[in-house]
Amino acid sequence: MDKSMSLRAGVLSVVIFLFLLGLWQAATHTPEKTGGALTEYEQLMGKSTKKTAGMPTPAQMGETVKKHLSDPFYDKGPNDKGIGIQLAYSLARVGSGFLLAALVAIPLGFLIGMSPLLYRALDPFIQVLKPISPLAWMPLALYTIKDSATSSIFVIFICSVWPMLINTAYGVASVRRDWLNVARTLEVGVLRKAFRVILPAAAPTIMTGMRISMGIAWLVIVAAEMLVGGTGIGYFVWNEWNNLSLTNVIFAILMIGVVGMALDLMFGALQKLVTYVE
Amino acid sequence: MSTSFLLADGLAKKYPGARGKPDLTVFEDVHFTIEKGEFVCIIGHSGCGKTTILNVLAGLDTASGGNVVMDGREVSGPSLERGVVFQGHALMPWLSAKKNVEFAVRSRWPDKSKKEIDEHCLRYLDLVGLTGSEHKKPSELSGGMKQRVGIARAFAIEPKMLLLDEPFGALDALTRGNIQEELVKICAATHQTVFMITHDVDEAILLADKIMLMSNGPHARIAEIVANTLPRDRTRETLHKEPRYYAIRNHLVDFLVSRSKRFSEELPEGYDAKHPPVVMPGLETQPAPALSLASPEKAVVINLRH
Repeated sequence: MDKSMSLRAGVLSVVIFLFLLGLWQAATHTPEKTGGALTEYEQLMGKSTKKTAGMPTPAQMGETVKKHLSDPFYDKGPNDKGIGIQLAYSLARVGSGFLLAALVAIPLGFLIGMSPLLYRALDPFIQVLKPISPLAWMPLALYTIKDSATSSIFVIFICSVWPMLINTAYGVASVRRDWLNVARTLEVGVLRKAFRVILPAAAPTIMTGMRISMGIAWLVIVAAEMLVGGTGIGYFVWNEWNNLSLTNVIFAILMIGVVGMALDLMFGALQKLVTYVE
Repeated sequence: MSTSFLLADGLAKKYPGARGKPDLTVFEDVHFTIEKGEFVCIIGHSGCGKTTILNVLAGLDTASGGNVVMDGREVSGPSLERGVVFQGHALMPWLSAKKNVEFAVRSRWPDKSKKEIDEHCLRYLDLVGLTGSEHKKPSELSGGMKQRVGIARAFAIEPKMLLLDEPFGALDALTRGNIQEELVKICAATHQTVFMITHDVDEAILLADKIMLMSNGPHARIAEIVANTLPRDRTRETLHKEPRYYAIRNHLVDFLVSRSKRFSEELPEGYDAKHPPVVMPGLETQPAPALSLASPEKAVVINLRH
């Protein structure tokens, strides 16, 4: 029953994919120009018959994907790097910003969760800071840090800190009273209680916060790199837009989606690892 | 001075009333003693503060008045000397049955070697009949098995006193009966001192040496103490054939149904909260004065004086 369901879903996915490809093909297919005069633009670009601008056909797209994926790590100067290198830059920024955020948010969330006083005292700050678009911090970051690469890491930090902080605090505050009482009657020390009782009890909630943070960080890095420039998948998208290569833009969009999915799956697996059934 | 193992002296729990309203007194003037090796049950309706009393004994809650002295020392907080079996088993769901017990054992003896701790845990899991299920997570265990792990965890730290908060309330009758019998065996083997809350009259008669009856809250007190005069080797099969079984049972049910309410409305004449009357249903018709308690079947004389 379950198996046939996933098989049927898989078949349906393929059918939808083929249908969309067909639509795409129909929308972008243009009859071959036969000896027509070159447009002024085409003359300027020095190309004669090959279509360079505009929407690519699925076949052209496929070629581009193959070309990029067959050599993902080449580096031919600042404006021509392989897609693997660009993604690695973005992932490194997201990773370091996210890690810094975790280092701040999880211990702080623990404190807030354990102390109702701190919870109340810090709540207004969190409520005000949380809804600020992370990109709004960019000018301030550029001014104070004076380094564009570090600024983008800061932006990742500031956007991933909130979900982790809030979820950790919530998870820690809602650890079941019974478990804490067990720890109390066993005269368990503070650290042992934190690591052996509260942490595993709150882990699923904390992990959910981390998963949300990672999702947001991956959304934000593209925009941040568009602003900051230099390297990264966001810069790649912007650069290819300036090159008017929609094929490459679409390819980058695809890669952003695939990497985002991989990150989410990874955190999903981690989440499953720490989840317990009551 | 008292020589009792545990002495609860004038316990009270009051909650301040909201804005000018009078304070809410859940219970007051609660005095009782527990001897070493004694199994004491407390029965009363919901809201009379039984769980609060247990939590005060455990050190998890503080009374607004009175104090508890156990083994010559005042109870001022939770301690490894008092093991607690919680109402809702309170097992940590991310740990296996054995790891749950191990967590307690390691808290008690941090310096023991891994091998010693392993053996210790397995011995207590075996005691509650869980050999073979020690690596299962609580979610894979039935309600009865979970509660057994909770009991094993509390026994494994070898506390001076065991506190059980309605441990079998959520179990079906059959499972409950089996675990009760195991509890009797374990307690007999270890001479454990036990304080237990229950709603089940038969459970109290099966397990307890003495049964404290609480009147209804607010202003609940210990209305009287029923000494269980049935032989100590009673089992579930033979319980109802004991000559005084129905006398005790009727007395308890009668109290729960009508007298607990009447008592809280009007204290009976001559009632002394410090020495609640001790009754032995079936042996005498009148409540015995507290001083002359000595039942023929029991070697232990319950000392209510202090």
